[in-house]
Amino acid sequence: MRYMLMIYDDEAIWDAMSPAESGQLMAAYEAYTEALRQSGALSGGERLTPSTSASSVRRRGSETQVLNGPYAETREQLGGYYLIDVPDLDAALSWAARCPSASTGTIEVRPIWEM
Amino acid sequence: MTLEGAIRARATAESVARHSYGKLVAFLAARSRDVAAAEDALSEAFAAALEKWPQEGVPDKPEAWLLVVARRRLIDAHRRRQHGQHVLDQLGLLFDPMAEDAGPRPIPDERLALMFVCAHPAIDRSVRAPLMLQTILGFDAATIAQAFLVPAATMSQRLVRAKNKIRQAGIAFRIPQRSEWVGRLGDVLDALYANFTEGWCYPTIDDPSRQNLAEEGIWLARLIASLLPDEPEVLGLLALMLHAAARRNARRDALGDYVPLELQDCRLWDEEAIREAESHLLQASRLQAPGRFQLEAAVQSVHAARRLTGRTDWPALALLYDALLVISGSPVVAMNRAVAKARVAGAKVGLAELDELKHDSRLQHYQPYWAARAELLAGAGHLSEARAAFSKAIELEEDLAVRRFLLGRAARLCDADGSA
Repeated sequence: MRYMLMIYDDEAIWDAMSPAESGQLMAAYEAYTEALRQSGALSGGERLTPSTSASSVRRRGSETQVLNGPYAETREQLGGYYLIDVPDLDAALSWAARCPSASTGTIEVRPIWEM
Repeated sequence: MTLEGAIRARATAESVARHSYGKLVAFLAARSRDVAAAEDALSEAFAAALEKWPQEGVPDKPEAWLLVVARRRLIDAHRRRQHGQHVLDQLGLLFDPMAEDAGPRPIPDERLALMFVCAHPAIDRSVRAPLMLQTILGFDAATIAQAFLVPAATMSQRLVRAKNKIRQAGIAFRIPQRSEWVGRLGDVLDALYANFTEGWCYPTIDDPSRQNLAEEGIWLARLIASLLPDEPEVLGLLALMLHAAARRNARRDALGDYVPLELQDCRLWDEEAIREAESHLLQASRLQAPGRFQLEAAVQSVHAARRLTGRTDWPALALLYDALLVISGSPVVAMNRAVAKARVAGAKVGLAELDELKHDSRLQHYQPYWAARAELLAGAGHLSEARAAFSKAIELEEDLAVRRFLLGRAARLCDADGSA
């Protein structure tokens, strides 16, 4: 089954990091991604730019509105995702628990709607 | 077929339903991960059995017969809903060798895996126990709703939602590995205990559905103990339930009034259940891994010893609550420890411990806390505060018999004060 791991974290934590600290975190992410790849579970993933760069769009009737900022203003924002293919929820949860941001933020695990 | 044959066919169908329901649901659902579909298919198979068996006679292997029919229904349903081909393949492959040739192989018992699914951390805590009752024991939503004091529509919605979650989220039907054991088995035991306490806390004789729930809880605990004979906490939980069940008939007097544990007539306790509880607890202690349920069972064991010694060993209880508090950190345990300490060292000592819990919001709406507080305040001579605490306890209690008891205690306080 395919699952999306959505990484929600406080962007202020990244901002406040020293170069050495953010380097460490990047290295942890590289190791994590490599582990996912080697297990054969990885089927995609990207890091997103900060939520300050987000624009939100909605159409109501004939009017299209563009709003500056993310869909919801919350302390923890979606910062990236992995798409993984594993046998079941427990496997997906255990990968989510190993994600570096799981120790500071929250990883939401959602099954992909297979058509 | 004769009338007698028809009656026998119905009785067989009902007996298979009672004994095999959970086993068949677990077996079917483990293949499709779809609990609701498994239940639907099985109930259609039972309906077919009630129609066919009286005419054609009861088959040699009723369980296998039901499985074959249920499997066909399940495959039809999946075709209709056009689920992925892999589900159909899996259903086809896994049933054929087992059911069609009706060989000597027994149907694998996957009820434990189903229990782990029901108590999975991804399932909302409040629905875990009801889900077990429905999937393993076949209780209907209305009965479960009644026992858990929830409107039937709400309960049925929660159950449907939980089954959807199992299917959509891809929760696997498997028994977790040893490394994940502690929390996962704990979740199963918690849910089982919740089943039991729902049936136990409101034991009103006029509501047999709840009493039933407690009995079925013991049945499930026995089942887990038979599948996992070396798990001390499973034995501890079984012992705890048996101790509680042993006192069922002593908790109300002839007038239907509530009798607190330490005033119960030990002769009304079920000696056989107590002995069984003690033997499970002894076996658990040999495995040398103490845990919450073993300690709680040990507390009950100390109370049960009164039938032999004529007294309650309060220092032993205080020690057990010390250990329980370390494990659970629960305010209810802290409250019970304060009560035990009061019996050992006086009401003032107990009250001082209870005062430390004064600001714990979890206890504010917990009747036993206010009742315990009232008793200790009275014991320490603070009568007006004791009265206030009694009123609070009475206000929170739903059970009429317990309310009457608390009213009686409060009234005696007034007499003693001479200001009633």
